[in-house]
Amino acid sequence: MATKTFLEAIRDAQYEEMARDPAVFVMGEDVESNMFGTFSGLMEEFGPDRVRNTPIAEAGMTGVAIGAAMVGMRPIVDYTMAPFLYPAFDQIISMAAKTRYLYGGQGGVPVVLRSNMIYGNGNSAQHSDRPYSMFMNMPGLNIIVPSSAYEMKGLLKTAIRNNDPVLSFEDVALWSSKSEIPEEEYLIPFGVADIKREGEDVTIFAIGAMVNLALAAAEELAKEGVSCEVIDPRTVAPLDRAAILKSARKTGRFVAVDCSFEACSAASEVCALVAEQAFWDLRGPVKRVTTMNTHIPFSPPMEKQLYPSVEKVIDAVRYTLA
Amino acid sequence: MYRRMRRIRTFEDRAEEVHRNGEIPGTCHTSQGQEGEIVGACMALRLDDYMVGNHRSHGHPIGKGAKLDGLMAELLARKTGVCSGKGGSMHLADFSVGRLGETSIVGSGIPVAAGAALGAKMQGLDRVSLCFFGDGASNEGTFHEGINMAANWKLPVIFLCENNGYAVSTPIGTTAAVENIADRAAGYGIPGVVVDGQDVLAVYEVVSEAVRRARAGEGPTLVEAKTYRYLDHAANMGRDLGYRTDDEVAQWRATRDPIALFDKRITTDMGIKEADLRQIDDEVLKEVDAALDFARSSPFPDAREAFSDVYGDRLAAVA
Repeated sequence: MATKTFLEAIRDAQYEEMARDPAVFVMGEDVESNMFGTFSGLMEEFGPDRVRNTPIAEAGMTGVAIGAAMVGMRPIVDYTMAPFLYPAFDQIISMAAKTRYLYGGQGGVPVVLRSNMIYGNGNSAQHSDRPYSMFMNMPGLNIIVPSSAYEMKGLLKTAIRNNDPVLSFEDVALWSSKSEIPEEEYLIPFGVADIKREGEDVTIFAIGAMVNLALAAAEELAKEGVSCEVIDPRTVAPLDRAAILKSARKTGRFVAVDCSFEACSAASEVCALVAEQAFWDLRGPVKRVTTMNTHIPFSPPMEKQLYPSVEKVIDAVRYTLA
Repeated sequence: MYRRMRRIRTFEDRAEEVHRNGEIPGTCHTSQGQEGEIVGACMALRLDDYMVGNHRSHGHPIGKGAKLDGLMAELLARKTGVCSGKGGSMHLADFSVGRLGETSIVGSGIPVAAGAALGAKMQGLDRVSLCFFGDGASNEGTFHEGINMAANWKLPVIFLCENNGYAVSTPIGTTAAVENIADRAAGYGIPGVVVDGQDVLAVYEVVSEAVRRARAGEGPTLVEAKTYRYLDHAANMGRDLGYRTDDEVAQWRATRDPIALFDKRITTDMGIKEADLRQIDDEVLKEVDAALDFARSSPFPDAREAFSDVYGDRLAAVA
């Protein structure tokens, strides 16, 4: 076992897959300069053909990746920050998500679209979004939101080998976090949730970096004798509905923690799922802990209050117990 | 060449007719009048070259040599259609001849064509990629982004602008300050060529040179074929949008029809017998009617097939 950071896990997954399969290559703005350290050593090993700088042209580079994928390549596109996906929205939705379906399965689009969710750092409204929930509304996409370096590496390797488009949302709060990474190769399957902590009284569903908040809240609540189960979906599309329902039915109480804006969030989706399908096993109301519905402001006293926190998760658990 | 243009014309006439009687659901965008540029461009390609088209999709696969049965069955929303009844008129793509689709969001295919060319180049293949798009698409951002990247990386792409004069009902002259779309090529450092889209041989020659350049690693070419569509943006819209006169359409049909012009040229200059062409017409008519019979006798898809092809096979080892 070696200890690796989240960023190193991203780098290692890309490196290993590029070494394994010559069809895999990375492209995006400033990939050559390796801005965040996720491309360390790739240029030296694989050269500029497979570590490809693009112009600042998100729609164009996404379309180029889609075209390359349709003829047998496996591009990984780096968007630097998640809001930079927006100029490429049409290509992601109309082309990447729909091509296999529109043409009755005649072709597919095996692309990986990677972006960082950089928020909570005074970057204001246009640079701080966590938009994975928006993409959950569209069939045809896979969406990974890894919660640790271990998950990041295993999910990204699976993403690169997947035959359909995968969006990877990488939380800046986890960049320097470390995991024990096995020496041998491992892949993490899509649509399989992981129980991060077993418990009896309340289920806390948490996505990405929110898993750490949920675990901290569970630790605090355990001191009061409240036993929380923490469930990490690892991929929000496909979503492991069976595991979520199983946990909700077991504990009878359900809290969903998600750093998306509240309306139509992933938390909203899973709360609806639990309310619809596990209603008769519930012992209290479901509860969402999300980012409050306003734009992200620049000034820290305004910004910090908006996101989920350990305190908000504890309050939500208490609400379901009341 | 004559046969392929005739196949498109007859197929489109029949499609328009059965759309009018309600056998084709949704909209039906036909390309009568544009056969010259479609066939001239497609015949400059090899079968294994890539092609992406747009919502006016019917002519492209026919131009590149697709069989008609699956195309007509798709228009009639049947299970045996090329897209299994999921794509329809705006997405009539047969991947055995094109592989990149016919995409109905204007301009969306332009960077995809560049990407397929990048893939071919990285794989060491000498395939080229051809993108059909309209004059309207040349005002989209993807036009700029896709052509710039292709030019910068010297990708083997032919950007083929089918300028039929109107973006639905809006004349191109009112939305672009340049006289020719091809003039924009200068902004990307690539050749831009204007060609008469009603002259199939002229288009074939221009696109052949663009293909030669592409295969030789000299990069993309922007070709603008000036053409005209006889029917409205979509057939049987049932409303006169008033953007052009009946007289204008009649003039194009009478004096600038790509099939009639080619017919006259090969019978007068090349000694092709009139009777041979009429025989081709008959054969094509039979082929189109057989395709229509095939479509009509094919079953509709089962309702549950709405849920297939959303995802492909996941990796078995990690499924």
